[in-house]
Amino acid sequence: MSGVPFLLEIGTEEIPDWMILPALDDLRRLFEKVLADHALAGSVSWVDATPRRLVLRADGLSERQADREELVTGPPVAAAAGAVAGFAKKQNVVVESLERVETAKGVYYGVRKQIAGRATAEILAAALPEVIAKIYFPKTMYWTGKGGLRFIRPIRWIVALLGHSVVPFEVAGVAAGDTTSGHRRMGSAQIGVTIESYKESLRANGVLLHAAERRQKLERELAALAAGAGLRIHRDEALLDTLVYLTEFPTPILGSFDPSYLELPREVLITVMRHHQRYFSLETPDGSLAPNFLAVMNTAADPEGLVRQGNERVLRARFNDARFFWQQDQQKPLAARIDDLKNVTFQAKLGSYYEKAQRMTALVRELGGDAHAERAALLAKCDLTCEMVKEFTELQGVVGGLYARAQGEPEDVAGAVYDHYKPESMDDAIPRGRTAQIVALADKLDTLRGCFKIGLVPTGSKDPFALRRAAQGVVRILAEGEVAFALPVESELGEFFRDRIDYYFREVRKFPYDEVRAGMSAGFSDVRDLAARLEAVHAVRPTADFEPLAASFKRIKNILRQAQYEDAPAPGEALLEPGPERELYEAYAHAKAAIAGLTSYRDRLERIAALRPQVDLFFDKVLVNAPDPRVRANRLALLSAMLGEFSRIADLSEIVTASSSVSTNT
Amino acid sequence: MDSFQETIFKLKRYWADRGCIVTEPYDMEVGAGTMAPETFLRVLGPKPYRVAYVQPSRRPADGRYGENPNRLYKHQQLQVILKPTPADVIDQYLGSLEAIGIDLTKHDLKFEEDNWESPTLGAWGIGWQVMLDGMEITQFTYFQQCGGIDLDLVPAELTYGLERLVAFLQNKSSVYEIEWAPGFSYADVRLAEEVQHSVYNFESADVETLWRLFALHETECTRLLDAWSKTKTGRERFPVLAAYDHVLKCSNLFNLLDARGAISVTERVGVIGRVRKLAVGVAQAWAAQQQAEVAA
Repeated sequence: MSGVPFLLEIGTEEIPDWMILPALDDLRRLFEKVLADHALAGSVSWVDATPRRLVLRADGLSERQADREELVTGPPVAAAAGAVAGFAKKQNVVVESLERVETAKGVYYGVRKQIAGRATAEILAAALPEVIAKIYFPKTMYWTGKGGLRFIRPIRWIVALLGHSVVPFEVAGVAAGDTTSGHRRMGSAQIGVTIESYKESLRANGVLLHAAERRQKLERELAALAAGAGLRIHRDEALLDTLVYLTEFPTPILGSFDPSYLELPREVLITVMRHHQRYFSLETPDGSLAPNFLAVMNTAADPEGLVRQGNERVLRARFNDARFFWQQDQQKPLAARIDDLKNVTFQAKLGSYYEKAQRMTALVRELGGDAHAERAALLAKCDLTCEMVKEFTELQGVVGGLYARAQGEPEDVAGAVYDHYKPESMDDAIPRGRTAQIVALADKLDTLRGCFKIGLVPTGSKDPFALRRAAQGVVRILAEGEVAFALPVESELGEFFRDRIDYYFREVRKFPYDEVRAGMSAGFSDVRDLAARLEAVHAVRPTADFEPLAASFKRIKNILRQAQYEDAPAPGEALLEPGPERELYEAYAHAKAAIAGLTSYRDRLERIAALRPQVDLFFDKVLVNAPDPRVRANRLALLSAMLGEFSRIADLSEIVTASSSVSTNT
Repeated sequence: MDSFQETIFKLKRYWADRGCIVTEPYDMEVGAGTMAPETFLRVLGPKPYRVAYVQPSRRPADGRYGENPNRLYKHQQLQVILKPTPADVIDQYLGSLEAIGIDLTKHDLKFEEDNWESPTLGAWGIGWQVMLDGMEITQFTYFQQCGGIDLDLVPAELTYGLERLVAFLQNKSSVYEIEWAPGFSYADVRLAEEVQHSVYNFESADVETLWRLFALHETECTRLLDAWSKTKTGRERFPVLAAYDHVLKCSNLFNLLDARGAISVTERVGVIGRVRKLAVGVAQAWAAQQQAEVAA
């Protein structure tokens, strides 16, 4: 590629792994803007990072901006001599050298100026401090003193090379140069580099710059270790991502623990390994948990086994804690802890978890739950008083469920306690079974109702009670589960649900937006019913009559709107003109009767779509705006009745069709 | 293998060699080394400072009657404050690990995001937990705010959990098995304290007395802060530091009452707010004294 290459490395102390990718996106975007704003040609070839460096490589930059000519127009040729002289003086030329410029408005005096392009290095030196300062991080710090630059962690070195030269600038007291720094323990702290040698110099100093390479190395070596032990890894993409961005040179090691810990529930063991130690857990071929783990080091090897022993020791201490908690907690059954919930705050204005449990129990009845569901609602939050949950908060619910089972609660009750926080994300499953779904709904609905009542409504990125997730969970459970329940539609909370429902059907279920809008226009309080209606619309949509009929419905809606038609008496048969109008009326009446006898939405929609010939014929042959106002009113009444009758599954006029963009006339 | 005390000597020597004043622990109950005035107050104001000290830290609710091998009512923190932070702070920190016999070429080290915040002190910072072979050995924090005040010079705070670190060095599975000094285990030195304070904190502390003590210290601190706000001359000798002692008393009493299960839901936030108000008042007064001293 012609042009000059450019390399920027922002050397920092360890950046939190989850912030790195968004920061790289930002860096790329900000640098591309500099290239574009200053017409420097070239483009960003790649961005990449380790915890200690954000790196950008660009290629094809010009060495300097192209020279350019600028035409400055002054007064019209007819202007007074003084004005012309003034213009020339201001432009630093003599009047004689002014040229005449033809413009649309007439002939003007003008001057051509040659603007020399600036050197790219100079432009970058001026722009890069701002590029770096503008990279967005969710939480920043200052370190050079009050008022100093804010960044995610202190910047300790900067490499900025344009071709073979350093781009001279300074950020937070750090001068850009050509010296990078290697891995903290496997590399040199000062390494002179060129653009060409940069990556290999890093590699020689214990740093694999590219995240993709670190990931490949990890995946390959993890798989080899597992295979060597005859075990299967619990794949965990999120953990892999974390480890890729937590290390500069990742190397996995296989460790083991005393099989006697396997008597603890696997949920507890996996959580300790996964969330507290960032280990991958392993399974034996028969699917049971193996007494082994895979830890990832940020170094090349563990020749003396010290790292493995250290990790095994830490895990042993953790498992000992867990065993201790398990035994302690069992001494007081969940049911004996209900009163203890009075001492656990749910929210200052909404009271304790005891009060929440009481409200949940009432809600369970509202949702049609049985005695098991009520029992589960009462016990669901009791594990918050257990040591195990205080230590491993992510196991709330799960621990309660395990204890309930161990303490002889009915399986339905234990399962509902276990599952009641589900779904915790879009990928998470909904609670298993109707009882669990009812308890989960009661928990989330109570949180939503309570928070909205006291004005704790999410705004922008602020959602401390995770109300969006709660509402999304409600929508999913209702749409995919076995519980029918009418959500509020009117209030602020109703609006909130509307957004979640819309999101769910578009982004999760992947229905086209117009179908979702059509379905929701016919009501969204009953999410399960809405799901069934949308499935029907989606299934019938490809059939020949559907979209043309939808276009006609849009036309009907427009006609009614233009006529400002509001009152809707039933159409009178006496005023019907024989031919297409009467035929339409009869088709309508038959369809109405037929639909009443059909149970599936799909059958009903197909029956409605079958009206298309009569509707088309009507619009072909009949003028709605009849001269006789009574005939006109009756035709409007017919259309209105049809629209009302056949929009209960979905407002078909919302369906975007090829013809619906054409303006309709009456 | 170094004893517990030998490791402490080495760390103190290491930081003394890097310009730290080495002080003895603060002589009052604190929940963490951060609360000792050598940290909480010294980080405020424009004067550079470097200090290292071991601070026994009391967390009444963490007591386990000496039965849990890793959990303690009172543990020992080595606290290092470098104000302002030197650019090579992490290298200096890694050097301290080598100074106590950890060969970093044979171990795995990671810096994992862990920001620190104390609502009671109106203080927060940005940093990491330093993980050695999967074990947290140090909390590393760049202080940003203390007593609600943005700091002039950003200090680095290094907090070494000594029991855990030495258990690792001595390869012990229980902190009580650590050799404190030749012939004396950690249990010999501290077990009785763990047992008896657990009994007191969880069973026998008199709640009403604790509340009365809390109120007394709060009243005294408030009285001093009121007097400070009315003091126009002689501010430099005003006993802000004495007022802070009462904040520490309140904080510890709050923790005791909490462990005793005596603070109800509705009270809790309010009591934290009361302690915070005192801490912020003292921090502001101290910062004003520091500014005046520098200006003079």
